[in-house]
Amino acid sequence: MSLDIKKTYKLFIAGAFPRSESGRSYEIRDKKGNFIANPAQASRKDLRDAVLAARNAHSSWSSATAYNRGQILYRIAEIMEGRSEQFVAEIMAMESVSSKQAQVQVRQAIDTWVWYAGWSDKISTIAGSTNPVAGSFFNFTVAEPLGVVGIVAEEKSSLLGVVLGLAPVLAAGNCAVLLASQRRPLSAITLAECLATSDVPAGVVNILTGLSDELTPHLASHMEIDGLDLSGVDSKSAAALRISSVDNLKRVHSFSAEKSPERILSFMEYKTLWHPIGV
Amino acid sequence: MSDFEYAPAPESKAIANIKKDYGLYINGKFVASHNKKRFETINPANEEVLAKISLADEVDIDKAVKAARSAYVKVWSKLSGKERAKYLFRIARLLQERSREFAVVETLDNGKPIRETRDIDIPLSAAHFFYHAGWADKLEFAGFGEKPKAHGVVAQIIPWNFPLLMLAWKIAPALATGNTVVLKPAETTPLTALLFAEVCQQADLPPGVVNIITGDGSTGAALVKHPDIDKVAFTGSTEVGKLIARSLAVSNTPVTLELGGKGANIVFEDAPIDQAVEGIINGIFFNQGHVCCAGSRLLLQENIHDEFLNKLQKRMSKIRLGDPLDKNTDIGAINSAAQLAKIHELSSSGQAEGADIWSAPCQIPNKGFWFAPTIFKGVTQAHRIAREEIFGPVLSVLTFRTPQEAIEKANNTPFGLSAGIWTDKGSRILWAGNHLKAGVIWANTFNKFDPASPFGGYKESGWGREGGRHGLGAYLKGAK
Repeated sequence: MSLDIKKTYKLFIAGAFPRSESGRSYEIRDKKGNFIANPAQASRKDLRDAVLAARNAHSSWSSATAYNRGQILYRIAEIMEGRSEQFVAEIMAMESVSSKQAQVQVRQAIDTWVWYAGWSDKISTIAGSTNPVAGSFFNFTVAEPLGVVGIVAEEKSSLLGVVLGLAPVLAAGNCAVLLASQRRPLSAITLAECLATSDVPAGVVNILTGLSDELTPHLASHMEIDGLDLSGVDSKSAAALRISSVDNLKRVHSFSAEKSPERILSFMEYKTLWHPIGV
Repeated sequence: MSDFEYAPAPESKAIANIKKDYGLYINGKFVASHNKKRFETINPANEEVLAKISLADEVDIDKAVKAARSAYVKVWSKLSGKERAKYLFRIARLLQERSREFAVVETLDNGKPIRETRDIDIPLSAAHFFYHAGWADKLEFAGFGEKPKAHGVVAQIIPWNFPLLMLAWKIAPALATGNTVVLKPAETTPLTALLFAEVCQQADLPPGVVNIITGDGSTGAALVKHPDIDKVAFTGSTEVGKLIARSLAVSNTPVTLELGGKGANIVFEDAPIDQAVEGIINGIFFNQGHVCCAGSRLLLQENIHDEFLNKLQKRMSKIRLGDPLDKNTDIGAINSAAQLAKIHELSSSGQAEGADIWSAPCQIPNKGFWFAPTIFKGVTQAHRIAREEIFGPVLSVLTFRTPQEAIEKANNTPFGLSAGIWTDKGSRILWAGNHLKAGVIWANTFNKFDPASPFGGYKESGWGREGGRHGLGAYLKGAK
């Protein structure tokens, strides 16, 4: 007989898989109390490193063509497809659901990438405009990526929650720092392994595992984060996070567990440009 | 040959029928404030008292919010978009009919030149109502879902720099989308808002749809905290905007904010220089520099620095500062003693930190609040006058060598409201336009506004847009 080779679940920062700089990890168990894994317990320093990586990656990711971004998002779906069994097994262990239910979730998660992949080069058409101003000017409005978005993913369906958070943010041309569910972090890290092999440039997505109460306040107050998706935060904690997010007027949103173009636009900014018309 | 002198050409005050005192406009009527407290609004050009204004407190606010709620539930939310539109069209027409009167009152209360109130503030205000009137019965086509819904009662707080225009930016979209309004004008410029209340009466707008409550900062703070407000819209300083955002973070009431700026006006070496000089002048001296989107940082490509500044200073010497009611006046009075003190303080910091000050030679009137058009040369990015919003006729001049450096310097601010680009090269305009982090970018022009054009900031310049299709989203439930 041969023993299983068990995976070490680490962080995903700047395209690499480091342990927490703090050296900490924490234990997660299934419903019956069986040991599942010791994911890394990220520190504030890890979070700052993740934000820095996201900021550094933003210039090239936001200026990549929308067609190129769309292909990369589609590529994520391709790579996930090949890993379906692993996702199913992890979801079953963490969420105590049947294999059928886990399969449905994985299917939905993959389809979500495909759906947003197609949005990347259409959202500007839908949301932008030329504006008929009363004067001899050409005036147009475009939607642009916001910058770096912090995401606290919804954990009820832990893989789908992560993808519903990440895909619209990436489709818009933003970079992300995602905080995985404290109780159910494995899908996020396995997804990171897909991202690392899907032509997503290093730093565009950074994923942290750890204690939610420890990390979310730093996510909310970090001055280099431009937007927050608090879908995975309960309403009481969200109020405190919204207060500290005002320091740099972050764009803060929470979403229901559905995909929509509004999720893309929530993390975009409208820019309007005027130019005189003349000979 | 000597220049011809300008003869005085003052607009007559006679058309401004300002009352001695004003009540609050609640539920379609002017009423005395609950505590009978009042304050004076003065003409900043000569410090004469124009009228006594009521100071609203919590009791008055509660009355106004109740009136707005009742009007929303019983009348306004039941009215079809088509009928709402007709009220807005009426208001637009009434503003046009009374435009001369509004222009004079605005100039008296604010201190800005009659040329600007007559040609910009008032006509643009009317245009905002006309534009949004047309949206009222077409909201299902605006891209916010098939059945877009109003929030309900909206609290709006506006600044003193464009009193009637900011009122129009707030009230027109709010009513068009089916909300009712409690609006608080700025403490120093309440008159045109109160005149607007008369317009609402003349338009037969149902009582309570628009309520105007006057007062100071405490009135505004109490208004946004009222528990029956469904949405808040604020234009003003970033500091106050953040206070409001924090105070509403727990209830998670939707907020839109239009805040401060430190706009960069970038002049590349190939720019049409004379045209750019005019644009820079307009960018910083329009409305005494009391403009959130003012081009208050001039970024000059190093090789044209000397030539450009020569021309700029020459042009600045021709700016006419004085009686705001004179039709030849370019620069009027600073709106208040407090604002003048703030401009002096920041201007002194510029000198203390080592920048070279130059002010246009102009005669400062004996009475009133005035500040001569001023530039600072040799400004670095660390200087306070390069980082903080002065909100006055003060321009900070910086230089750059490469286009990349221009963008880096322009974006090196927590603000992101406006930017200007001056170059003859089309591809450079689009490149710079792409990289500038600002909500409004003017290329080879500056300080242009239109109801069809979305306005609003990136970063700490605010949340949301006003104007255009995009601005409607601020007043519809769940719209992004």
